[in-house]
Amino acid sequence: MKLRLERKSSSSGLFVFLNSVLFVALALVFSAIFIIAVGFNPLEVYGKMFSKAFLSARGIRKAIESGLPLMLCGLGVSIAFRMNLNNIGAEGQYAVGAICGAAYVLYGPELPGVLGIIALAVCCFLGGAFWAMLCALPKAYWDVDESITTLMLNYVALILLSYLCLGPWKAKGQNVGQTEKIPDIFALPEIGETKISIAFPIVILIALLMFAFYKYTTSGYQINVIGKSINAARYAGINIKKNIMLVLALSGGLAGLAGFVQYAAVTGRVQENMPNNAGYTGIVIAYLARFNPIVVIIVSILFAGLQNSSATVQVMGVPAQIATMMQGAIMVVVIAGDFFQRYRIVLGDKKKGGKN
Amino acid sequence: MNLFNLLISLFSGAIVYAVSVMYAGIGETFSERAGIMNLGVEGIMLMGAVSGYITAVHTQNLALSFLVVILTGAVFGLVFAFLTVTLQADQTVCGMAMLTFGTGLSGFLGKDVSGVAANLKFTTFKIPLLGDIPFIGPIFFQQNLLVYMMYIIVPLAMIYIYKTKWGLYLRALGENPAALDSAGMNVFAMRYAYVIFGCAMIAISGSCVTLANTNFWSSGMTAGKGWIAFALVAFSSWNPVKLMFGALLFGFISCLGSNLQIYLPSVPTEIYSALPYIATIVAFILATGNFRKKHTAQPAALAKPYDRESR
Repeated sequence: MKLRLERKSSSSGLFVFLNSVLFVALALVFSAIFIIAVGFNPLEVYGKMFSKAFLSARGIRKAIESGLPLMLCGLGVSIAFRMNLNNIGAEGQYAVGAICGAAYVLYGPELPGVLGIIALAVCCFLGGAFWAMLCALPKAYWDVDESITTLMLNYVALILLSYLCLGPWKAKGQNVGQTEKIPDIFALPEIGETKISIAFPIVILIALLMFAFYKYTTSGYQINVIGKSINAARYAGINIKKNIMLVLALSGGLAGLAGFVQYAAVTGRVQENMPNNAGYTGIVIAYLARFNPIVVIIVSILFAGLQNSSATVQVMGVPAQIATMMQGAIMVVVIAGDFFQRYRIVLGDKKKGGKN
Repeated sequence: MNLFNLLISLFSGAIVYAVSVMYAGIGETFSERAGIMNLGVEGIMLMGAVSGYITAVHTQNLALSFLVVILTGAVFGLVFAFLTVTLQADQTVCGMAMLTFGTGLSGFLGKDVSGVAANLKFTTFKIPLLGDIPFIGPIFFQQNLLVYMMYIIVPLAMIYIYKTKWGLYLRALGENPAALDSAGMNVFAMRYAYVIFGCAMIAISGSCVTLANTNFWSSGMTAGKGWIAFALVAFSSWNPVKLMFGALLFGFISCLGSNLQIYLPSVPTEIYSALPYIATIVAFILATGNFRKKHTAQPAALAKPYDRESR
């Protein structure tokens, strides 16, 4: 008897779901090895993390709050990855979005009421989009690999952000690198008594719009075609250059909006280390969500909960990087799990024509 | 005389910097020549850096630490090869997974040794006679062992890739694996070998950071060096000697920053720290940009999984 692989034509939705659950469980087992290695009881650690982060109203509220920038970064990354553009620069685009937001609050014209907030959001969006365009233009015109340029610009953006927050824009009388508190007219309100920022429904709306964009518009369809096969798209007469620039600008702009929600809804200040890896986590989220905007929202909340819960076990002495490690482990096993959605293992002798 | 010393410190610093990205760069070159693109350089480098440092702190044995570094890289290489060669998964995504996992795990495991002094590293030593040559001596021959090893590795890599039978197979592996398969070679085994070798080299780059250039560990301390190495590979058209010149250029630029700081203190230090990244972007665009239709040196089968069934 021999084990043999056979290609599958399709997998049912239930199978995909069960597979994902199974592989997340495997990732937990995998991470447990390292938790034991540094001398902790993984069951205790996981129990604490889970109960703090997901079993209380406060935990869920916090997860949504810290999930906001992750959602926008994830959405931004997913639109680029859908077209096979490796935008690894969400981190920097987020930072530049935040910088532009702070610049608008400091130097921009005063607008009444909600107009001011919209102008602030547009500024952040444009900031992120501009940062992505720096890579989109060389990509579109000279075919310069975008993964390297977007990534390198992250470092430049973060250096710029820390310079501004520690230097000219630093709040008076503060020891840490952050700007003055955002004026009340710009702060995003909470929904009634829920203590959940109004930014959350807005982000959901953006995700729904993106879903509709992929599904019902020509542009969205073109992005999918280019992502599947660039040559097919070229033969069909789709303007690749234009789409590269459009998609990267949107992608960067969404990441820039992450700067906006964090600034106007969560921290109220632009801080020195503001993106705090959200841009990179966004890539993991986008992939795990299979670039589906609605799923991005759900995965973001789960990941934010995971990250928050790492703070609760830090008290026990578990390093906070446990969250990043687990995210990486989940990604590794899910990639491996993908294989079993494409192939099935068959016990038995080979069919005619098959080779082994 | 002051200028003389400045130049010596600039050039020798550039070499130290260059070597710390060249191990990763050459490892990645071999991996990409074999058709497997590894985006996770930074994460694997961090794992190499932390595993070597932890071993150094606990055993005070440099040779053992170095061995652990290589083994760590090899284990990551094995996992990466399994995902990309056997399971034929998307290499960009696998690379990002390695990056995230390596970054997280290195921070996680390294927590206990962060801020702990190992007092054990590859110290610089002078090569007799050669080290006494004025100007040249202090630049090239008063370095640490990892730098001297690199002097041998670059020519060896060149000879291997361009002059040996195995080098020919390697190049074919990245251009047309199906042809090699028809010739009776084991494409999968060869790709495994090169990915594992590449990751071991990347991990050595990490050890340059914690066990040679500096002697401490802090989470995420490679600060983009892995990415610079990754960029250099494409920048050098997959050629180790060009990679060396590229690395030296970036080493020079980053040392220029820290040296200029002393002479021009009015300029914000942030400009100097941003300089290597901006230089990488500009050089990368100029070197790889398709300004006219020209032949690209990129291996034709790069980042394409090899599937015997769809030959």
